[in-house]
Amino acid sequence: MYVAVKGGERAIANAHAFLAEERRGDTAVAELTVPQIREQLKLAVNRVMAEGSLYDPDLAALAIKQARGDMIEAVFLIRAYRTTLPRLAASLPLESADMACIRRVSATFKDAPGGQVLGPTFDYTHRLLDFKLLAEGEAPLAAEAAPLAARTPHITGFLNRDGLIQDEPADNTTPPDLTREPLELPASRALRLQALARGDEGFILGLAYSTQRGYGRTHAFVGELRIGTVAVEMEIPELGFAVEIGEVEITECETVNQFKGSKTEPPQFTRGYGLVFGQSERKAIAMSLVDRALRWKELGEDFTGAPAQDEEFVLSHSDNIQATGFLEHIKLPHYVDFQAELELVRRLRSEAAAAREAAE
Amino acid sequence: MSLSAAETPAPDLTPGLTPAQQARRAHMGLLARARPDDLARGLAGLFPDLPAHSFLRAPEVGAVMVQGRTGATGAPFNLGEMTVTRCTLRLASGEVGHAHVQGRDKAHATRAALVDALMQTDAASDVQGMLDGLTASEATRRRARAARAAATKVEFFTLVRGEDQ
Repeated sequence: MYVAVKGGERAIANAHAFLAEERRGDTAVAELTVPQIREQLKLAVNRVMAEGSLYDPDLAALAIKQARGDMIEAVFLIRAYRTTLPRLAASLPLESADMACIRRVSATFKDAPGGQVLGPTFDYTHRLLDFKLLAEGEAPLAAEAAPLAARTPHITGFLNRDGLIQDEPADNTTPPDLTREPLELPASRALRLQALARGDEGFILGLAYSTQRGYGRTHAFVGELRIGTVAVEMEIPELGFAVEIGEVEITECETVNQFKGSKTEPPQFTRGYGLVFGQSERKAIAMSLVDRALRWKELGEDFTGAPAQDEEFVLSHSDNIQATGFLEHIKLPHYVDFQAELELVRRLRSEAAAAREAAE
Repeated sequence: MSLSAAETPAPDLTPGLTPAQQARRAHMGLLARARPDDLARGLAGLFPDLPAHSFLRAPEVGAVMVQGRTGATGAPFNLGEMTVTRCTLRLASGEVGHAHVQGRDKAHATRAALVDALMQTDAASDVQGMLDGLTASEATRRRARAARAAATKVEFFTLVRGEDQ
């Protein structure tokens, strides 16, 4: 017999006070400000915006501070906040060809028009701890050169001109929205891309890596990886035309994948696509590999049973807030459920014991 | 294959707009992208007190769903939302100004809507001077970023191997 009880208010209040004190840490050390997080932990801010699915660097920095650096907790805070906002409208689709690129590399064409622009990359660093950063007051200066052409054309555009790669014709259908309707399977590619864009970086990375190791291999080349800012445009009903409402920094990855061709299609390359808020090329590359793996059906490929090909598996498990919510709830009181299990085990044991006695 | 393509021109995203609409589109975008401090300083330089106005739609923070395109050129998909503040107001003289600006700064949205309204009044030429200042500081910011990126462009050189000589 278990009787439901109330209690714990004082313990919970004190636990929250303890949390707040721990968050602050040693008061002999200066307190971290939200602008410091926004400016100096920018990639953490970017990840929280991408997986929180809300572009607002100040809020993401605040969430990181409040969550004591726990990224998934910070994403949770952003997701909770965004549900309080009225949806004003949808933007026009971003024109990533107009991106002001700070980084743009191609692994397929050395002499790509627009060049190989490395930008602020960790690539080619030695991954040795830099003890100079322990000292305060560093303000390094970047080198400058005459700016390049304003517009950097997409690599896939050149391949497409020769018909060597599958076309991606524009249309203006209204895409499905995961935040408005529950996930339905089979999912369209637009819905899959939305889920991947807000999915957990670690999960998407693991899936993408599994395709490279042979679980749904698609032989991906990074045709192009670009990072930069693009304008966001929106139709203003009162005016009857679209205006720019701001700018977002995004990372875009386009992969070029092998494709044998079919009865109706000549042999040509196919594509995987990754697009993520902020600077997050690991996520963008991983997203494009998983996007391509999930396209096996439309491209007439075999389903090999690989996890990255299974859209139900991928889309049902990519959201870290859903995942952590369900995972972590099992630490909360389950006294009644467990009491029922306990009663059952006791009854089975006594029945088994009785049966054994009767047999003897 | 050859990739030595000519510069692809940016598509015209504003077909069929009148010159007045083009100009309004340009200054509304500029105001949305402007640093809130820059706009506040610029407007205070022209109007120490904000011009009298009444709200038709008080500043409101909301979310706009940002769309991308599959493969950069294909069908739209929902990438994620961004915070946006919108505001509509009317000057005492009757002109209506609109603003949709990124972020959650209601004062910034109000100033942007005020400038949009003022651009329909006799003050337009003075306000345009302030907008030119915003354009210049934006261009400086963009050039600084582009210059740093340009300095990281790889210059390949070919190593001549002995057997080719």
